[in-house]
Amino acid sequence: MSEPNNRRPYRVLGTTPLREDGVEKVMGQARFADDVFLPRMLHAAVVRSPHAHAKIRKISTHKATAMPGVFAVLTGSDFPTLEPTILSHSDASTTDDLKDISENCMARDRVLYDGHVVAAVAALSRHVAQQAAEAIDVEYEILAPILDIEEALNEETPALHEDFTPGQFVLQTKKASANASGFEMNIGEDQDAFSTAEVVVEKRYRTRCVHQGYIEPHAVTVQWGSDGIMTVWTCTQGHFAIREQLSIVLQHPLSKIKVIPTEVGGGFGGKDLIYVEPAAALLAKKTGCPVKMVMSRAETLRGTGPSPGAVINVRLASDKKGTLLAADLELLYEAGAYPGGPVGSAGLAATSRYKISNQTIRGVEVLLNKPKMKQYRAPGGVPVNFAVESTIDILASKVGIDPLDFRLKNAMAEGDRMVTGLPCPKIGGRELLEAVRDHSHYRTPLSGPRQGRGMAYALWFGAGKTSSVSMTVHGDGSVLLNVGTPDLSGTRLTLSMQAAEVLGIDVAEVSARVLDTDSIAFSYKTVASRTTHSTGIAVYQAANNALREMARRAAVYWDIEESSVAITRGSFSDLGNPSRCLSFFELAKLLEKLGGPITVYGNASPGSNGCQLAAHLVDVEVEVDTGKINLLRYTAFQDAGNAIHPDYVSGQMQGGAAQGVGWALNEAYFYSEDGKLLNTSLLDYRMPTAVDLPDIETVILETPNPNHPFGVRGVGEVPIMPPAGAIANALYNAAGIRMTELPMSPGTVLEKIKENID
Amino acid sequence: MSEYSRRVQVTINAREHEIDCEPRQSLLELLRDGLQLTGSKEGCNDGNCGACAVILEGKCVLSCCVLAVEVDGAIIETIEGLSDGLELHPLQSAFLQETALQCGYCTPGLIMAAKDLLSHEPNPSESRIRHWLANNLCRCTGYDRIIKAVKKAGETIAASHE
Ligand code: FES
Ligand code: FES
Repeated sequence: MSEPNNRRPYRVLGTTPLREDGVEKVMGQARFADDVFLPRMLHAAVVRSPHAHAKIRKISTHKATAMPGVFAVLTGSDFPTLEPTILSHSDASTTDDLKDISENCMARDRVLYDGHVVAAVAALSRHVAQQAAEAIDVEYEILAPILDIEEALNEETPALHEDFTPGQFVLQTKKASANASGFEMNIGEDQDAFSTAEVVVEKRYRTRCVHQGYIEPHAVTVQWGSDGIMTVWTCTQGHFAIREQLSIVLQHPLSKIKVIPTEVGGGFGGKDLIYVEPAAALLAKKTGCPVKMVMSRAETLRGTGPSPGAVINVRLASDKKGTLLAADLELLYEAGAYPGGPVGSAGLAATSRYKISNQTIRGVEVLLNKPKMKQYRAPGGVPVNFAVESTIDILASKVGIDPLDFRLKNAMAEGDRMVTGLPCPKIGGRELLEAVRDHSHYRTPLSGPRQGRGMAYALWFGAGKTSSVSMTVHGDGSVLLNVGTPDLSGTRLTLSMQAAEVLGIDVAEVSARVLDTDSIAFSYKTVASRTTHSTGIAVYQAANNALREMARRAAVYWDIEESSVAITRGSFSDLGNPSRCLSFFELAKLLEKLGGPITVYGNASPGSNGCQLAAHLVDVEVEVDTGKINLLRYTAFQDAGNAIHPDYVSGQMQGGAAQGVGWALNEAYFYSEDGKLLNTSLLDYRMPTAVDLPDIETVILETPNPNHPFGVRGVGEVPIMPPAGAIANALYNAAGIRMTELPMSPGTVLEKIKENID
Repeated sequence: MSEYSRRVQVTINAREHEIDCEPRQSLLELLRDGLQLTGSKEGCNDGNCGACAVILEGKCVLSCCVLAVEVDGAIIETIEGLSDGLELHPLQSAFLQETALQCGYCTPGLIMAAKDLLSHEPNPSESRIRHWLANNLCRCTGYDRIIKAVKKAGETIAASHE
């Protein structure tokens, strides 16, 4: 890993301390959701539809109910009926219609995808619950499923829903046809940009549905007290979101639901929506016992929210010197069974790293008989980045410019107009591309035949949103930092580091916790690369509030005006008598006598988290007789704003790149003709293993984000975007074949190689 | 427990246990549900992720693919038995120092699989480590740091034997 450039004079930030919670994790003591065991706890299992589309005629539960060890059975009729459209109280938990979410959790009169839940059982053990679930008879009237985008858009195809609330994730869509809703963004006045441009490239791309692939399946335990207070233990990216969704779907007051976040075994955008939680809650209510429900891997693949497949049309125009003049994009994304997929965020990020004065971006999301699609790390960003970055390379070669120079020439910079119409904020795009150009990887010649080098470039927006923290300075000088954003990868440490930086103390003196929904003020989810950034701002505020309060106590102690106390790097002195000075610890030890320990708060709602930028450079070798692509060398470049913990930034870059490589080369949902998911195990849904990936070298740049006190930018999402485009471009340079579909699995590559020879 | 349950005697992390198991229960269930040794994780329950890896009679196995009744009389090591009190095993320290975990869900299985490797080959090459761990999925890290951690732990162990 290359160290970040221009390290600024921080004491704690930029160092690489060990995480406090790491010890429990390497010792096997960390408590994940499935590790919750309560007295009298029952286990739940669900019945899932084997059909992609069917009416439910009848559900017979009596056999299951009669089985020994079975405590309760639940079907859709046990769920409260909701108004036709019921949105979240704010966009706090989801932008989806909660009526859809309720039906997604438990089908009512019809099932809309293979794996849709139809009934649930609570029993003494998981085995008994599963047996009982198998004993539930469901009579279906099978309907024709809609399985691909073109079919769903065909006017002859019947509507999946009589009516629906159009998706509004990031951008509001409007109903466009029976099974589709969309948006359009335009900038630029030049109607003739394409007809007058010297070079135009148009290409159509297709990608498949993939899963986030977190290794920990969804798990939840619910206790429903006789006082009506529901306690929920679950692995989630947003416990406040889960609380609100449960509240609306079960029509139960927010004040009577407490969600306790456990450790989370990976989320990547897939763990902030309820699936089996309401069923577990209703079974807990019915039985008076705590109920645990753990999904199997097959259930996780079939019945949660994967990332949509897409069809993307890209048209780009430039002049003969290689200046981009116009872009016209059509993004057709699967929504799955209910609206609300990530086509809006894909649209925003489609071209927003290049300066293009005339643009039209149309996004359409399409309802079909697959699971309700969800966010996955840079939601929607991978398919469109693959499409645009491939087209950029084609265009560059037509113009006759090196693809890196082409990107540099057209890189968006501060003040340029983005497709939203807004000016681009301060970003380090050119610097990033220059870093690629100046890196030894870029300049080292390839070493053999059938090898090629390719790159791709990406920008992602992320989000700001609300974070709340509280902080206590104890009488022994130790500091407790409580936050409301779940920690997926080490954010307790990156937040503690920011606290320690402000307080002027060692990071080991700060102990951070993620508190439940009763114990800390509202916080938005850990999504959109926001926690180190946005919760970081709240921590910065809280730490400054703590220092101010300590200064007030020092003033009391010295009997001087508060304004006469100077605070420098964690020590306090009397301006009028500089020889009077107390260190943070000396003052902390006096707190008991000066009014007790100090508890302060921080709350931030930044509008964004600065743009994240990444460029990836990859060398591939293609095996011409099998079509397999081997990655020989991989370097990821990223602008982190300020890398709080460079090892963690680098870890995010490597992890994101690894997921992007899986998406590019192997991963895809395979459906049978009647819409059953065929690859429901991790053997068949093949994610990269240690032998599939090379070392991923990382280069961190730092262009501070002006809207964060330490210059932090979001980091986690953007690195998943460039791998597919970079590999496709490298493959072209290696073998002269242009892949327009993901995944670029050996079979499809081989076919293309053969086509090329013929 | 059903009428079919069997009494299983097993030594786990140097402690003896006797526990009734149903024939359909896996070793992973015995550990997690039966003895509340929840360090071993379930990621797939069908042998494809490695999160449940433990050491059975000196060899790394996937505990979701071993029946509980099969381990009668056996000696088993799990992640919970690796450290000496709070004194971490070199693999545990190396995973922490090399930032080889993000969510940490894959970590116990990876550490147990790596322990098996290092007990036979204290100084494996990077490629050897990658192949050995190919049955352990990690979705967060991209593996790089895991490979480095295993290499480093091997060196630490070798040095302590000198
Ligand atoms: S849980 Fe045993 S291999 Fe996945
Ligand atoms: S650290 Fe999350 S799966 Fe490996």
